Amino acid sequence: MYRIVAKERLAYKHTLFTVEAPDIAAKARPGQFLIVVPKEGGERVPLSLCAYDQEAGTVSFAFHEVGRTTKELGTLQEGEGLFNVTGPLGNPSEVRRYGRVLCIGGGIMIAPALLQARALKEAGNEVITILACRSAEFLFKREEAERVSDRVLIASDDGTVGERGLDFLTDLLAKDRIDRCTVIGPVVMMKRVCELTRPFAVPTIVSLTPIMIDGMGMCGACRVTVGDRMLFGCVDGPEFDGHRTNFDELIKRQRSMLPEERLSSMLWEHKGGCACGRR
Amino acid sequence: MAGDEPSRRRNDRALDEDVPMPRQDPKERVKNFKEVALGYTEEMAVAEARRCLKCKSPQCQKGCPVEVPIPQFIDCIVQGRYEEGIALIKSKNALPAVCGRVCPQEQQCQMNCVRGKRGDPVNIGRLERFLADWEREHGVRVPERPAATGRRVAIIGAGPSGLTAASDLARLGHGVTLFEALHVAGGVLMYGIPEFRLPKEIVQREVEYVQSLGVDLRLGNVIGRIATIPELLEQGYDAVYIASGAGLPQWTGCPGENLGGIYSANEFLIRANLMKAYRFPETDTPLRIGKHVVVIGGGNVAMDCARISMRLGAKVCLNYRRSRNELPARREEIENAEEEGLTCNFLNAPAEFYGDEKGWVRAMRCTCMELTEPDERGRTGVRPIACSDFEMETDTVIVAIGQTPNPIIQRTTEGLRTNPRNGTIIVDEDGRTNLEGVFAGGDVATGAATVISAMGAGKRTARAIHEYLTTGPRGDRT
Repeated sequence: MYRIVAKERLAYKHTLFTVEAPDIAAKARPGQFLIVVPKEGGERVPLSLCAYDQEAGTVSFAFHEVGRTTKELGTLQEGEGLFNVTGPLGNPSEVRRYGRVLCIGGGIMIAPALLQARALKEAGNEVITILACRSAEFLFKREEAERVSDRVLIASDDGTVGERGLDFLTDLLAKDRIDRCTVIGPVVMMKRVCELTRPFAVPTIVSLTPIMIDGMGMCGACRVTVGDRMLFGCVDGPEFDGHRTNFDELIKRQRSMLPEERLSSMLWEHKGGCACGRR
Repeated sequence: MAGDEPSRRRNDRALDEDVPMPRQDPKERVKNFKEVALGYTEEMAVAEARRCLKCKSPQCQKGCPVEVPIPQFIDCIVQGRYEEGIALIKSKNALPAVCGRVCPQEQQCQMNCVRGKRGDPVNIGRLERFLADWEREHGVRVPERPAATGRRVAIIGAGPSGLTAASDLARLGHGVTLFEALHVAGGVLMYGIPEFRLPKEIVQREVEYVQSLGVDLRLGNVIGRIATIPELLEQGYDAVYIASGAGLPQWTGCPGENLGGIYSANEFLIRANLMKAYRFPETDTPLRIGKHVVVIGGGNVAMDCARISMRLGAKVCLNYRRSRNELPARREEIENAEEEGLTCNFLNAPAEFYGDEKGWVRAMRCTCMELTEPDERGRTGVRPIACSDFEMETDTVIVAIGQTPNPIIQRTTEGLRTNPRNGTIIVDEDGRTNLEGVFAGGDVATGAATVISAMGAGKRTARAIHEYLTTGPRGDRT
């Protein structure tokens, strides 16, 4: 059992867990991910690493309660246990001194993006962090972003907070020289960022979250096309060159089990499962 | 008993045929995931055991990779001494309920059986299964633990090879930690072989037996990530056995292979077996399957994928690039699959996959093949026939053309010698790698093979590790 030592509500249906896993904490690095099995017989859910504390022996991950398993996960409380947490998986981010870097996090992935921003800052970069969310009520960890970055910009889909959409990036890229951009968030957003950075030839690293089961190179569900090669999100990634990633294929692959996911989620709620965050 | 005299029994024509295995009817079993072969009753087992000729120089045992004392355990069945019989098997084989079900006995022990010269060989596998099942029903006896040697061994991978080595080393008094990457132990026995061939409850009971010998099982520990092999040695392990299997799927490389509905055999099997997606939505992990499944490949893995698909209600076609004679799957598995409704489509290879507007596979193009002279390894060659392409409609494709070892350990263990062609770890006949104290065996060293050959490697390597731990490293290491 992996005990949940802290549960933080980031926004509506956005939750962050900190769990006891000293062996994982000892090896974890920014950019890696975990596979969480909430209960015996449950799904294996890949979740990006959001924090680790070697002294306390804990790791943190955040999730958006959208599917059956994440909704069920959201009902767990501090002190309760998870059946299994496997990690750290995937390759750590390449963190070097690049100069001025953009670090973009979208939606629930703002949480892991801040881990990256902190690491990039510690490596001596000037870090501009962009927090992208659907609307004002889904913005979280702004203060933490301010602490770990030189500048923080906010963007929302509906313009209720900060800039509307990400098109302002074009102005930003035109005005300031940016040496590198890392982006983690919904695939559609990552694709958009890559389109915007491409004309400026800013190296853009995307952290992909394709469907996967084992997370260690067995199933191949997470295969992505990067350039002309088929690579696995889990063992070759999760970070790839965004300008060479085939996003359209990835978007289709991510939707391949959508009807089943909806059915499972509906049945769970029908049987009395509740995703309001209380039990 | 006079009638039991070997010479008399040898010539008794009535004993030429083996006792048939009771099975679920094909029409019934294709609708469920319950075990197909139901197992011998006590009467059947004794009748089959009595067919054994008690040869003075038993040939059967020579065919067993894990050296089970076959004539002795068969004799125990004849005399009704089941507890003694299972103890004899377990002195060599920690997983008899597994081996009795999935070993290709016809190519091993039974191939050498003298009875087989004229009629059916004694069905050793079914007898092994009988004893293992008898023990599970009557209570498993755990052997006494020997005095601890104080030596510690880390074993990577709780599949057939790792479990065998763990059990042998624990019974020699060494402290064994068994690291398993998945959240359940058993390896291919859990994620690969389907429930109807090997019930998962039985695998877990075998795992519990290995744990009862004092083996410390750590689930969800991916070695190479949570700790590297050099780190394990620094942590105080005296030896490491890498038995991480061959888990990396191979692909056809044809255009369109990343369409939805195209699964690697591994993904399909992991979803169906390990995550029990055949019970979705009762279970949480889904598995979407269409109406016309094409399985590409001809091995046991391909048969398993086909048989699962049929149980999920699909019409299944197996596309294999050679002919029926070259099918690498066990004969019994092919028969089972065809009884359940499998259509085999020989001498063709995939060329391209076509998708619909949502990115889901809708058809595939295949090229006809013809057989050619065998290659240097003796395998029948095959070449495409020009202008022979044809299209097939399909909505689910399962690519079952083999697996290579997972690269995580190789990538994170500096200096470990591997075969650049297929990623297997290079070892000597006793499983020694080029690194001091580091051993490897099973599929990670041989490439994808059988459960029993992986177990045999586990046993041989355990012996070498024991020797290494008790007498120290060999001087002539290369």
